[in-house]
Amino acid sequence: METIYFDHAATTPLHPEVINKMTDVMKQNYGNPSSIHQYGRHARKVVDEARRVIAQSIKADERDIIFTSGGTEADNLAVVGTALKYRDKGKHIITTNIEHHAVLDSCHYLETIGFDVTYLPVNTKGVVELDDVKQALRDDTILVSIMMVNNEVGSIQPIEDIGALIKDHQAYFHTDAVQAYGIMPMDVNKLGVDLLTLTAHKINGPKGIGALYKKHDVKLQARHFGGEQERKRRPGTENIVGIVGFKSAVELIHGTELHRNAHYQRIKKLFFNELNTLSNVCVNSELDETSPLILNVSFLGTHIEQVLMNLDLEGILVSSGSACTAGAMESSHVLTAIYGEQSERTKSAIRFSFGINHSDENIKEAARRVKQVIERLRKLNN
Amino acid sequence: MNDNKNTRVVVGMSGGVDSSVTALLLKEQGYDVIGIFMKNWDDTDDDGFCTATEDYEDVIRVCNQLDIPYFAVNFEKQYWDKVFSYFLDEYKKGRTPNPDVMCNKEIKFKAFLDHALSLGADYVATGHYAQLRRTNGKIELLRGVDTNKDQTYFLNQLSSDVLEKVMFPLGHLPKSDVRKIAETHGLATAKKKDSTGICFIGERDFKTFLSEYLPAQPGRMTTMDGVDKGEHDGLMYYTIGQRQGLGIGGPGGPWFVVGKNLEENVLYVEAGENNPYLSSDALLASDVNFVNSIQDKTFKATAKFRYRQRDSGVTVTQQTDGRLYVSFDDEEKAVTPGQAVVFYQGDVCLGGATIDEVYKDGQRLDYLG
Repeated sequence: METIYFDHAATTPLHPEVINKMTDVMKQNYGNPSSIHQYGRHARKVVDEARRVIAQSIKADERDIIFTSGGTEADNLAVVGTALKYRDKGKHIITTNIEHHAVLDSCHYLETIGFDVTYLPVNTKGVVELDDVKQALRDDTILVSIMMVNNEVGSIQPIEDIGALIKDHQAYFHTDAVQAYGIMPMDVNKLGVDLLTLTAHKINGPKGIGALYKKHDVKLQARHFGGEQERKRRPGTENIVGIVGFKSAVELIHGTELHRNAHYQRIKKLFFNELNTLSNVCVNSELDETSPLILNVSFLGTHIEQVLMNLDLEGILVSSGSACTAGAMESSHVLTAIYGEQSERTKSAIRFSFGINHSDENIKEAARRVKQVIERLRKLNN
Repeated sequence: MNDNKNTRVVVGMSGGVDSSVTALLLKEQGYDVIGIFMKNWDDTDDDGFCTATEDYEDVIRVCNQLDIPYFAVNFEKQYWDKVFSYFLDEYKKGRTPNPDVMCNKEIKFKAFLDHALSLGADYVATGHYAQLRRTNGKIELLRGVDTNKDQTYFLNQLSSDVLEKVMFPLGHLPKSDVRKIAETHGLATAKKKDSTGICFIGERDFKTFLSEYLPAQPGRMTTMDGVDKGEHDGLMYYTIGQRQGLGIGGPGGPWFVVGKNLEENVLYVEAGENNPYLSSDALLASDVNFVNSIQDKTFKATAKFRYRQRDSGVTVTQQTDGRLYVSFDDEEKAVTPGQAVVFYQGDVCLGGATIDEVYKDGQRLDYLG
């Protein structure tokens, strides 16, 4: 039985080309970029090239890219680093209640040390209302952090509009773009963001490497200490193998965003149409105006845990929103924000996320197995 | 009929050595084994530490060693509704409940069993020390070979319908062998300490735990004749026959809890191990379950009134109202309402019931609460 992977929003397989580039550097380039000898320079060159490629992919200056261990660290650095640096200008932060926990937990931490955080709600499409952002802004607001594409339901937030809205406000604007990167062309200037989070492993790059774009005039209080790397904002010997993999992954997708977007829209629709022959299938958020990589559906009359495990045993690998906590599933905070914790939808939601190994054939085969499982469980639960 | 590999067995894994070895034995017998951890209680403390997380980590380690899939399920709500609420209600009534019996009945062999069946399981298995005998379509529950560990007392509410879908792979082994098997195979849990006490209380102090849920109402402690012996901390903290923690000094001891007066919030104490107020000769029990129904209106059996007690001879009469009248061959000490009475014939566990009322010489001992 072929195992079919539907969890690309969690992580993606490495592209073979990325693996080649990474193995090359592993074999040939082991210097420390901080060393002043030739091996150090070789390594530094690789890091600089990667930084340039990644910067160009979002129309940023290469000096404004900080490598991190991934999205979580970039989010932490953006939120906590900015808040601590600018605490004298105000202690108010605006975010939404559908953010990734990397942002939410950073905000919770800041609350414990005296910051005031506004968690904005979202509408039934899982989108924050521009008006709510406007209402929430205060004179002492120093940071607005709103994700570009939600990782659970795929809803797309009006980043450019929010950017324009707070252009003249003192608050800095951070967006976590890890789920958007690779499916929409990105221009940090047009978006009006000051900070933007990226990660490699959602675009067929390696795990353990990400980046924070930080507009040059934004200052951050470092969260790590002990070296001059990344101009002290993120000390620690550079993960060169990861950085090279990141660069390679970016090179493979940059410029193809719109094409990829259209391709996955088609795959997503095809899959949904197959599933939709079942009764009582609800799309959470929206089918069309969401990320083409994410389809979050509720199979009413089933329970998440039961469906996840059964699909796993049938070789269909999916997830339900965020990864599980404490070894057991907790209600998705995103679906809870949209539909409420007690909603049938929240209790039966499954996230399918698409990626490079999907074909019309295996998508149809997967839908067939999913339908079989759902029909069996519904019969059993009745 | 060696089609074990087509027989799916879901093992309830707690992260302890018993359930680890259960999974190991089934895997060695070639079954299609899946390990599932049940999270029934949230004890996350202020530092974010949660014993369930630690235990699940151990489940993951063992399942990876055995190369079997593992999952976690959350039954916190069911546990709260079916087990913990019952537990508190019983204490409110002045009785001494047995949450482990209820957990087996409502969670492990109901919610969990249903979940396992939904995964296409043919059986669920647990690390209980009990045995099942399957003969000609009939299934019987037998004591574990390790009499010291025998857990049939806690399984008394399971019926043959349920047991048909159950395996107890450890029932024929002494505990020491189970440890040895775990060590020989280098299982991550081989040296892990056995859990003690009630699962949701863990290592915490029972009184402190209970006081978080039920308001403690201190009151007087007297003898049955009304002689004042000091203050008690709240009736719920005491069980019939309890000797420790009464704080009564002076001559004439040791002192024992012999009863409770809920209306007046008085705890009755009496001196001497053989105090007549502690003894009884019959009981009335409800929530009756027999593994296999018993036709005889009256029958002889042996019984346990508490876990790990020796068996006592009894005569059981099935009443028309569904309850059981159980008369003892000899007087028994400290038989306590709320606890289970569990019946045996030889090694076969017939089933059990919950003790409601206790009698002596035909008189109900209403001072037991």
